[in-house]
Amino acid sequence: MGDAGVDAAAELSTPRFVVPEPGYRHGERIGFDDLALTAAGEVRRPDPDTDAESIRDLAFALIRVLDEDGTAVGPWAGTLSDDELVAGLRDMLLVRAFDARMLRSQRQGKTSFYIQSLGEEAVACAHRRAQRAGDMNFPTYRQQGLLIASDYPLVAMINQIYSNRDDPMKGHQLPVMYSSRQHGFFTVSGNLATQFVQAVGWAMAAAISGSDHVASAWIGDGATAESDYHAGMVFASTYRPPVVLNVVNNQWAISTFQGLARGGAGTFAARGLGFGIASLRVDGNDYLAVHAVSQWAIERARQGLGPTLIEWVTYRVGAHSTSDDPSAYRPNEEVAAWPLGDPVARLRDHLIGQGVWSKESHDEAVSEVDAAVRDAESEAEAHGTLRSDDAASPALIFEDLFENLTPHLHRQRQQLGY
Amino acid sequence: MATNGTANLTMIEAIRDAHAVAMERDETVVVFGQDVGFFGGVFRCTQGLQERFGKHRCFDAPINESGIVGAAIGMAAYGMRPCVEIQFADYMYPAYDQIVSEAARLRYRSAGDFHAPLTIRMPTGGGIFGGQTHSQSPEALFTHVAGLKTVVPSNPVDAKGLLIAAIEDNDPVVVLEPKRLYNGPFDGHHDRPIVPWSKHPLGVVPEGHYAIPLGQARVHRPGDEVTVLTYGTTVFVAEAAAEETGIDAEVIDLRSLVPLDLEAVVASVTKTGRCVVLHEATMTSGFGAELVALVQEHALYSLEAPVLRVAGWDTPYPHAQEWHYFPGPQRVAEALKSVMSS
Repeated sequence: MGDAGVDAAAELSTPRFVVPEPGYRHGERIGFDDLALTAAGEVRRPDPDTDAESIRDLAFALIRVLDEDGTAVGPWAGTLSDDELVAGLRDMLLVRAFDARMLRSQRQGKTSFYIQSLGEEAVACAHRRAQRAGDMNFPTYRQQGLLIASDYPLVAMINQIYSNRDDPMKGHQLPVMYSSRQHGFFTVSGNLATQFVQAVGWAMAAAISGSDHVASAWIGDGATAESDYHAGMVFASTYRPPVVLNVVNNQWAISTFQGLARGGAGTFAARGLGFGIASLRVDGNDYLAVHAVSQWAIERARQGLGPTLIEWVTYRVGAHSTSDDPSAYRPNEEVAAWPLGDPVARLRDHLIGQGVWSKESHDEAVSEVDAAVRDAESEAEAHGTLRSDDAASPALIFEDLFENLTPHLHRQRQQLGY
Repeated sequence: MATNGTANLTMIEAIRDAHAVAMERDETVVVFGQDVGFFGGVFRCTQGLQERFGKHRCFDAPINESGIVGAAIGMAAYGMRPCVEIQFADYMYPAYDQIVSEAARLRYRSAGDFHAPLTIRMPTGGGIFGGQTHSQSPEALFTHVAGLKTVVPSNPVDAKGLLIAAIEDNDPVVVLEPKRLYNGPFDGHHDRPIVPWSKHPLGVVPEGHYAIPLGQARVHRPGDEVTVLTYGTTVFVAEAAAEETGIDAEVIDLRSLVPLDLEAVVASVTKTGRCVVLHEATMTSGFGAELVALVQEHALYSLEAPVLRVAGWDTPYPHAQEWHYFPGPQRVAEALKSVMSS
């Protein structure tokens, strides 16, 4: 044994305190060395009724359908027709165009705040297309794709973002904290992880009521550190209700890299193993893979086979929110180095390879969604913006706190002059 | 002896009965919490419900208060009416975010798209040598939260009627059950024999369904000289202090803190011209401060003396010194004499 061995022994005899750091900072070599990629098509597709114990390896693999050439390969391919994939591409393009327009609106002062989902559109859009009417999402603030892929009106979304007189949330909520029971979209809270265990409770109620509805819980990599994530896992593990537990690992929680929440766990999916929950790790930038695994997990839930934890590996291309500047904590070159590519480009190339899409049809689709967003924005702006005279009325402050106004609130509303 | 249409019940039995009545009438009412299923709860408030209604209607929960309330919110969002038990009010803090940021705001933040018809029961208060983690009275932590209703029954009749009303309410309601009153009225004289509910008129509980509207106070003891505003365990302490001092105090059992029966408060203080506010919780920023503020705002010109507060000391609830902490009849008597001499 040389000196290194002696040093190692000395180190091991000393208590340690570890603060995980990303593999590189500004000016250093960028590489996603610990991403543990698996080639497309390589990971097996077990039957949905497979028990969690026998698929433990899927928590460490990476399920992918689209290969480097954009060809769909392997056992998870084939859950969608080409027409459905074209519709999926349009969903993602619409989300992207919507985000771009709302970022501009925020800069123009039409609202206070916005959160985009650039680079991770496939996760929400494809998952939504695997759900049925009556299923319910418990989203975070970055799942606007769920609403858009369920054909929720863009104008209503913008009315909410602008907090104007037609805001469906009556001006009560921060922009992007939508709610639509009808579209399977639970009211977004804005604090973290609370919705994760609520989704489990919703699924418990669905099962107790004898329905075949399935809940989808959503959480980001950073928020899995919250106690409510663990509460959700315990309750899902205990009661085995029909819920899909989605962890969107987009690598960054504001400035905090995913390793800080993941800690010693190999992957976020691996967290499910100790709970006896079927756990899979999936390429979240692969629309086909997202749809296939979502469908598998939802089917499991609907058949009474219990919860599934899915880690969607993706990348937050943009800032956390309009209040954030990521260049301060991650090198700008990281975006280009991200190995799982762009979900829109990958699906586009696949469809072109299938002979059902072309550069021209793509450009045309981009123009169409841009026009749709432009029209919706104009219409919403006509209903007012946050700082205009047509912002949501102060009279609405006291509405919908309780079912009926209590006497003390009635007195306060009178004091306000309404 | 039960008379026609009534039964002599303890507060525990009345709470059990309220659950059963609500569950019988509405199959969306589900009951769960730590130890509440097979065992029927550490205080036995849910005893027999699992056997009667099945494991899908009454079941045990893992020891995770945030999970219990969070799951209940999800169930309520689905369309059920969960009624959950937090084993002791002292244990509710892990659930506080779910109660404050979620249950209380679901309707508001979604502008009515979702709401949380949810009841959260928890035993409150001291008097059983529970020390600092089985004795707290955290009602002010709920009354301060917009969107929550908070009720505190003091007897079996109210416990049943308020719990049924809470379960049937379409907003989240916190029900704080004074554990020292579970088995009998308690006047604060801890060294005297325990009086059972079977010897008290408020232990005669109507059978079947009835609801006591949230926001209606009850005159526990009519009087002319001074108003005592109180709720929960200290209702009977106030009554004892009135009898022992010979001061004709009107004891108002508020029953519901939010919404509050301000009319009853103002009517009584206007009549008597004097007021003592009494609760077991710590004094500073307690609900008593809210009551004093409302009394001075609405009845200042009727007052002939400063409004006094009697409360738990601003310390954690001690173990050995429990009866020096508890605001018993002697401390209330001193306050009554003080306001009468002003």
